[in-house]
Amino acid sequence: MIIPISYYLVLSGVLFGLGVVAFIFKRNVIAVFMSIELMLNAVNLAFVAFARAHSQLDGLVFVFFVIVVAAAEAAVGLAIVIMMAQNRESLNVERVDQLKF
Amino acid sequence: MGFISEHSVLVASLIKIAVLLFIVMTALAYLTWFERKVVAHIQSRWGPYYVGAHGLLQPLADGLKFLFKEDFTPPASDKLVYILAPFLALTLSLTAIALIPFGSPELHFLHGQQIFLVSNSNIGLIYLFAITSMGVYGVALAGWSSNSKYPLLGGLRSSAQMISYEVSLTISVVGVLLLAGTLNFNGIIEGQRGYWLGFWPRWHFLPQIVGFLCYLTAAIAETNRIPFDLPEAETELVAGFHTEYSSFKFAMFFMAEYANMITVSCLATILFFGGWLSPFPDSWHWQLYLPGACLLALGVYCAIDAATRMHGLAKLQLGVVTVLSLGIGAICLTPWVAPYVQGPFWFTLKVLVFLFFYVWVRGTLPRFRYDQLMSFGWKFLLPVSLANLVITALVLVFPAFSRHA
Amino acid sequence: MIVPAIVFFACALLAVTGAILLILSREPIHSALSLILVMIALAILYLLLGAEFISAIQIIVYAGAVMVLFVFVIMLLNAGVEERTDFSKLAKFVGLPLGFFLLLVVARWLYTSRAGSVIGHGAEAVTQGFSTRALSAELFQQYLFNFEATSILILIAILGALVLARKNP
Repeated sequence: MIIPISYYLVLSGVLFGLGVVAFIFKRNVIAVFMSIELMLNAVNLAFVAFARAHSQLDGLVFVFFVIVVAAAEAAVGLAIVIMMAQNRESLNVERVDQLKF
Repeated sequence: MGFISEHSVLVASLIKIAVLLFIVMTALAYLTWFERKVVAHIQSRWGPYYVGAHGLLQPLADGLKFLFKEDFTPPASDKLVYILAPFLALTLSLTAIALIPFGSPELHFLHGQQIFLVSNSNIGLIYLFAITSMGVYGVALAGWSSNSKYPLLGGLRSSAQMISYEVSLTISVVGVLLLAGTLNFNGIIEGQRGYWLGFWPRWHFLPQIVGFLCYLTAAIAETNRIPFDLPEAETELVAGFHTEYSSFKFAMFFMAEYANMITVSCLATILFFGGWLSPFPDSWHWQLYLPGACLLALGVYCAIDAATRMHGLAKLQLGVVTVLSLGIGAICLTPWVAPYVQGPFWFTLKVLVFLFFYVWVRGTLPRFRYDQLMSFGWKFLLPVSLANLVITALVLVFPAFSRHA
Repeated sequence: MIVPAIVFFACALLAVTGAILLILSREPIHSALSLILVMIALAILYLLLGAEFISAIQIIVYAGAVMVLFVFVIMLLNAGVEERTDFSKLAKFVGLPLGFFLLLVVARWLYTSRAGSVIGHGAEAVTQGFSTRALSAELFQQYLFNFEATSILILIAILGALVLARKNP
């Protein structure tokens, strides 16, 4: 039995949706970052599935770039998180409200 | 019969995994004995001597002791992660060994299944790095879940150290990949067949000597051993990340460390020293009998030792070792078995040299300071391995260079 | 050949469970562990799709480097149990409906488009998989400029992280 590509796409959609939910409901900055990574992973799955469906390598190349960008994002993002923890002594995103009026 | 021929891949893989697991576990146990003996002799001591002849039953006694100790879980720890961490460490380090080929892929059993490798992946090397890169979690999670000062500091140090040195480790290997042009282990080994000037084996360690030295250094750091054993520096951190672990969970970390040692030694053998290839030309037919002859020599030595120096029970134990090595040696001399033990013999010999080197380094060098460790990794090892990579690539791209090389 | 189906559904279940655990757990380390579970499940799915290099890269870079960095930062900051404050009503009343809307759009697109039938092209290719050699040729020839651009991006990210993490700016 060959798994239809649409199954992979549905799984990718579900994971992306869960990533969005996590992004909205998590309060810890690090957890919010992780939900972004989850969404990127869901997108990667869709890319690989499409690459397989069309038998083309471009999808895989895109996954490669997404992984590189995610790594760069994690480096900068976590540096920001460390700054935030040092300055505000809390990792709760809702306590970072100095620019709010 | 029908089942076996239909599912020969599955059956063969299961048999190979079971045998490999048995061999590796035994090797792990006797690696501790080997290390204690060698370090002891470096320090002018005898090492383990009383449990069995030459302390040969010491690993067994240690294992039993670990099993019967109280398995204590600190009440403030995170139970799930606390239990998960040692399992993760041991599982990952044992899985990595399944990718290593121990002998020629041309030897078959059971409907054309290769004997000496469990998995022949096209990108074996990258899989190996994938598995070993997960090894950090065992240490980091153990440090975090113990909910205690020293383990946390040890876990932090080790994750920083392992991430830093993994970069150099990977880059130092890429030079070999450029020479070999494949990621498959057997492809890399076959590429080292042949001789320069008719007698010097075409192993990668000579053209990649810089990469090899970088690999060796980074591998010691990656396995958290002296002089890079900051995560468990007992003068500073009690026992580092496994301070709170006792009984068999501690033994699992211990076994994982030794399994990692074996993995990086196997990798060094494959990448730089021709894996299971013999250093002698194929035309030297007598080398077919070398493994058996070595075992026979070992048996004779044990027999003399048992007869002249041992007394009582030790005499009997050494006698068993004598009979075993003489028997296996005789079997290895028969023309049916001899071709099969060639690959594993040379492979084991090379790996043993690396393991001895490891223990030697442990017996010789003092520990680094933490900031020295970090600046050495990032400011020296990484630039050198990068330069090695760039120079290798240049030599390969411009044929004008490679003619002279 | 029922094995691929079993592997697919087991991995899909693992991935979705991991994602739900990521939302439910309040200890950041547990969230990180469940995200690692998702990533490993996805790596096995990539193998099933024949993309073995991407599968290995997924584990090396994502599970082996990015997530280690997360765990490291969580340990470094000693991040405790997440507090569930609820200051922002915006997230709940705008974000959640928008999320559902997104899910609807995706579901509708999946339903109506040819994506379900698209397997037809790849059916014969499923058995062989993508070769790493072809992938690298594609990456270093057709996408060379993009590749160089990402390397510069990484460089900038390193500099940015250094500047941010410096003690006395």
